[in-house]
Amino acid sequence: MADSGNAPKPSSSVKLVLLGEAAVGKSSLVLRFVNNDFQENKEPTIGAAFLTQKCNLPTRTIKFEIWDTAGQERFASLAPMYYRNAQAALVVYDLTKPTSLIKAKHWVAELQRQASPGIVISLVGNKLDLTNDGAGDGGGEEGAAEDSGDARKVTTEEAKTYAEDEGLLFFETSAKTGYNVTEVFTAIANSIPETSLKTARGPNASHAPSRTEEQRVNLNGPRDSGAKDSCAC
Amino acid sequence: MPREADAESNNDTSKVNPSPSPSPPPPPLPPRRKLSSEGPIQVATARPTPTTAVTPIDISTLSFPDGSRGTFSTNAAQGVSTPAASGYATPVRDPIGAGDFSDSMSVMSLAPTLPPPGDLASLVAGDLTRKSRAWNLLRSQAETAEPFESIELGAPGELAGFEREFDEIPDDASDDTRLAIWKSKMKHYMILSSAGKPIYSRHGDLSLVNGYMGVVQTIISFYEGANNPLLGFTAGNARFVIAIKGPLYFVAVSKLGESDTQIRSQLEALYMQILSTLTLPTLKNIFVNRPSTDLRKPLEGTESLLSSLADSFTKGSPSTLLSGLECLRLRKSHRHALNNIFLKNRSEKLLYGLIVAGGKLVSVIRPRKHSLHPSDLQLIFNMLFESGGIKSGGGESWIPLCLPAFNNSGYLYMYVSFFDGEPAEGPSAEGDQQRPVSPGNDGDGDGDGDGDDRNEDEDEDEIAIILISPDKESFYDLKEMRDKLASQLTKTGHLALIRAAARHGRPQVQAIAPGAQISHFLYKSRANVQFCMSALASPPPSHHHHHHPPDHTPPAATATAAAAAADQLLTRRRLMSLYHELHATMHAKHAHLRVLHAAGADAASLAWITPVAELYCVAGPHVSRAAMAQGAARVAQWARREEERLFIIGGGVF
Ligand SMILES: Nc1nc2c(ncn2[C@@H]2O[C@H](COP(=O)(O)OP(=O)(O)OP(=O)(O)O)[C@@H](O)[C@H]2O)c(=O)[nH]1
Ligand SMILES: [Mg+2]
Repeated sequence: MADSGNAPKPSSSVKLVLLGEAAVGKSSLVLRFVNNDFQENKEPTIGAAFLTQKCNLPTRTIKFEIWDTAGQERFASLAPMYYRNAQAALVVYDLTKPTSLIKAKHWVAELQRQASPGIVISLVGNKLDLTNDGAGDGGGEEGAAEDSGDARKVTTEEAKTYAEDEGLLFFETSAKTGYNVTEVFTAIANSIPETSLKTARGPNASHAPSRTEEQRVNLNGPRDSGAKDSCAC
Repeated sequence: MPREADAESNNDTSKVNPSPSPSPPPPPLPPRRKLSSEGPIQVATARPTPTTAVTPIDISTLSFPDGSRGTFSTNAAQGVSTPAASGYATPVRDPIGAGDFSDSMSVMSLAPTLPPPGDLASLVAGDLTRKSRAWNLLRSQAETAEPFESIELGAPGELAGFEREFDEIPDDASDDTRLAIWKSKMKHYMILSSAGKPIYSRHGDLSLVNGYMGVVQTIISFYEGANNPLLGFTAGNARFVIAIKGPLYFVAVSKLGESDTQIRSQLEALYMQILSTLTLPTLKNIFVNRPSTDLRKPLEGTESLLSSLADSFTKGSPSTLLSGLECLRLRKSHRHALNNIFLKNRSEKLLYGLIVAGGKLVSVIRPRKHSLHPSDLQLIFNMLFESGGIKSGGGESWIPLCLPAFNNSGYLYMYVSFFDGEPAEGPSAEGDQQRPVSPGNDGDGDGDGDGDDRNEDEDEDEIAIILISPDKESFYDLKEMRDKLASQLTKTGHLALIRAAARHGRPQVQAIAPGAQISHFLYKSRANVQFCMSALASPPPSHHHHHHPPDHTPPAATATAAAAAADQLLTRRRLMSLYHELHATMHAKHAHLRVLHAAGADAASLAWITPVAELYCVAGPHVSRAAMAQGAARVAQWARREEERLFIIGGGVF
């Protein structure tokens, strides 16, 4: 299939979408992952941005085709276009902003309802550098939230419990320091079920129009064949 | 709607695209010629015969004199055949347009007195039988200096503090301080709802300006209620200009001396940006259903676009002033080959395709039936080149947007990708570069080496491919098109060519007309709705250029660099103020001016308008009228000679 004829390591494309409230740091996470860079005053995304990045696993190479969507409300109606055939999703919140977790939960629910059944979802609490745990071990010291300029407003415990209940991967990250960013993507890459990879496109991003199963563009069917409902964790 | 064009496109493509790229290109757009009967504008081939039939309405429409223009030379607002852009669209543009148009009319009303009316350049070229009154005036001016209309230019020094114009008002200062800073700004733009809800203010957060907005709303509403809409008023040295767009009030406060018409067209552009975000039906719905709606939420994220537009006006935008756009200067044969490569790779889903370098248009392809409007392009260019969002994102973007002049009731989808980084080529890939592209055989001289300005305020070598489709699911189709296009552009050397041309920058006056005493000019081709200008880098009045912009500043000298930047900002504004003043005088209602000379304490300037072109020049204060006239003539001659390099004539049509 798509993988046939490849050189040493099999390589497959994984379509990944980032969702989350405006300004939680979706683009910053991508920028960190793709360019290892950070911009202090990143402008809001308009529409969506498409980027690619390879992720080398011991046994295979995953080429992420990343859709970084705009969090602003007015673009929300376009989101289905991006997650419809996604094999993975990063749902991001800002751990200094409780409403952003609520929004994240909405996205998770929508994905569970509408996206491919096998989609691997990771919940990501970003801006860890603004908390006392900083870019440290990421351990949760919820008690400290009130004092000493800790901007954390969402405890690790709360988010983690929620993630476990829903069967999501969970990370706290800092796009600013880079803490845990690669880990998120690697974990996702590792969690993509083999069956799902089988049906992934070939390594070239520009899809061949001649291809019969044209799922990226036409999106008629909500699903590509492959993985049954599989919990990523 | 745009799909309809496809049916027709097939037979066209075969004509437009007769030969593959690398071979010597055919004469420009030969098939178009037969169409010239359709529209008033004749085909511009090697030597266009200009015509006064350029209607004022065409002026606001980017169209190419290839005959296809006849299909939309209707009202500017409904110019494109989108049924949706029905009557409602018209009020969008008209208030502004009408002003401009009638102004243009007054100028052009002289046309009948001309013998077969000549354009600026052909007159200059010395065709005696075709001399216009303008030329005669200009000539007689050179000898007697009498028949010229002259005005006094505003005194310098009015721009004190302009270098702080774009500084943020600090949050932590006292209210009095913040208010004082706010009042010191030379230009304000405010948008509010007719119910008085603040929507946008360029300076100061809304809490700071809320009170003022209330006052403004009261005043406007008072006049509205009296059925006598308030258009503007003056308070001290500030001019207030008001534009009412349905449920929205747009207010500008300017201490920069622009005319009401000019300011109003800036407000118009801000309105276009709002439509671009929301579409007109949505805007209407919001206010029909809840007149007290806070529009800030639905406009979320548009603020930075409004601000970058506003700032470009405040800094001075030749493109807005002239309602035209600027193209990258390229050999005719190269542009033609580019268009052909572009057309050859066209996706079925494509509506418009653009290649843009550093904010200058390099190539366009479009369906025959649809032209592109400068006001729409302005929104796109602003989004891509002035505000940071898209560029800095990296990767490719997929952006829903409404192009209100095209169709204000729906969204199109725009694929954008920038070519990143340095190619293999050296920095000054001029002439002697490897030439996979067949050398231009278009008969015009080489003309290279006339530009040297490499460091203006734009990033000259940012090259973007922009592909627009009505189909929101067409991202991968357009991406595929872009990938093919990009690889061919690279392979054939056209990308390097574009890059070199972009780096080359705008020409220096001295390179165009050695010895001329003009220090800067703007030249607009009215038929093409495009303009060109000389390098902005050097200050117009005092010193003559040829110095390079300070791009060799030692890294330590950041303070010096900042000072230089402030200096450049000021220089640009002073220059643009001169042009605004000239432009306003020439376009004032009932002004039948063709030529205008203006002298000021720190600069002299000259404007010259013919039915097909507008030329504005600036020189040092002591340059004589005769010398300016002579310089202007030479610039016009150059523009005429280079017309097909400077402007996109035709574009690729499918
Ligand atoms: N301190 C800190 N700031 C961050 C971090 N990640 C992002 N930011 C900042 O948060 C702001 C928003 O970041 P973006 O990456 O643009 O957020 P986004 O989610 O892409 O926003 P939209 O595109 O509007 O949906 C920017 O000013 C970033 O610099 C982080 O890990 N730590
Ligand atoms: Mg973003």
